[in-house]
Amino acid sequence: MNVLIPSNLADYTGHEHRVTASGATLAEALADLDRRYPGIRFRIVSEQDRIRRHVKIFVNREQAKRLDAPLAARDEIMIVCALSGG
Amino acid sequence: MSRIPGAAPARGRVALLVGTRKGAFILKSDAGRRRWRLAGPHFFGHIVHHMVLDPRDRKTLLVAARTGHLGPTVFRSVDFGRSWREAKRPPAFPKAPEGAKGREVDHVFWLTPGHASERGAWLAGTSPQGLFRSADGGATWDPLPGFNEHPMREKWTGGEQDGTPDGPKLHSILVDPRDAAHLYIGMSSGGVFESRDRGASWRPLNAGCRADFLPDPYPEYGQDPHCVRLHPLAPDRLYQQNHCGIYRMERAEGRWVRIGESMPRKVGDIGFPLALHPRDPDVLWVFPMDGTSVWPRTSPGGKPAVYASRDAGRRWRRLDRGLPRAQAWWTVKRQALSVDAHDPVGIYFGTTSGEIWASADEGRRFTCLARNLPHVYSVEAAELGA
Repeated sequence: MNVLIPSNLADYTGHEHRVTASGATLAEALADLDRRYPGIRFRIVSEQDRIRRHVKIFVNREQAKRLDAPLAARDEIMIVCALSGG
Repeated sequence: MSRIPGAAPARGRVALLVGTRKGAFILKSDAGRRRWRLAGPHFFGHIVHHMVLDPRDRKTLLVAARTGHLGPTVFRSVDFGRSWREAKRPPAFPKAPEGAKGREVDHVFWLTPGHASERGAWLAGTSPQGLFRSADGGATWDPLPGFNEHPMREKWTGGEQDGTPDGPKLHSILVDPRDAAHLYIGMSSGGVFESRDRGASWRPLNAGCRADFLPDPYPEYGQDPHCVRLHPLAPDRLYQQNHCGIYRMERAEGRWVRIGESMPRKVGDIGFPLALHPRDPDVLWVFPMDGTSVWPRTSPGGKPAVYASRDAGRRWRRLDRGLPRAQAWWTVKRQALSVDAHDPVGIYFGTTSGEIWASADEGRRFTCLARNLPHVYSVEAAELGA
């Protein structure tokens, strides 16, 4: 499946904003993403497997709030960093 | 106690490792500490709480970083910043069992190189209060369960209302240079704690230290040390700049003595940082801030000054030559006052308004090395040699 990467995380993907990952759940897809781009998962998901406060993940444009969200091979994952800060 | 013989002053170039709200910078001096060159930003846009050089190899740099959106991490360089790699396993609390609420590291706040005999060992303090250790130069980090899982930890650290505005912190990780197993930590809030078994067990070390924000002003724990220092050549002499004043402890006595009461009344003895002379345990420098009314946390009266004591806190002298005379409403955070090991000692500090100031003569005169940087969180002086 395709994963859309925000600019905040592009250092991990060699500045690719569209990469691929595989998995039957969001947790598996993020684990696969971390194998390909080590370190990226912990910036998005905490050690308690919670999506971080200022990060949103969309699957086919619907927000996924849990990592056990099921995925299909043609789904598109979009990782977004919230508009916050200063 | 006075100057300890045999400790040779450093010579040569000095680097200032500057952590800011928007990245890290490095200032390097010439051999005379007269000319400085600024490089950076590194990790532009990251919040850098601390950047520290490993004194055991003078090449390895560790950086505690996060951004406003992304989780915390540690970056490391083994070639003094020419190239960087991220920690493979940054500091993180263990995953809690299903249904239990586990803790999450919000940011890594403090980095301390391990004992001189333990090459590659580092310790990190986090927000919320957690203690972590690396044995491989910062590549992988493990929690220290002796503190993180201590049955008293929740009571020691208090609740959410006991932290600083930017979150509760574990800081001032001190390693006794005579004994790698002997550690101290400071917590805002929580107080000062000591371990004599490499962090397997801990006990409070707060006798004599005030906590005027609690019903019992002299509790066993719950104080708010802002910065704790141990003298490297006289490790039984401790100092702390606390929320409630400046203190000194002779470890054998085990009791903090408030030495800030001899500061001028108009200035007071509230502040964040404290720095020690590298060869004379009686000499220390602090940077007072306004801790009255709603705690503006700026230089008292808008007139910044370093205060020095050369007799272990009995008397204090104002050092402000070269600093703004008025309308300067900034302060210096707890990691942002540092000294080098030259003779005379160089004093360096970074301000919340993004300036770096230096004195090459122990505070007799200050000059501004850099302006217009982001809010400075930390300044560490590192010896580069010839």
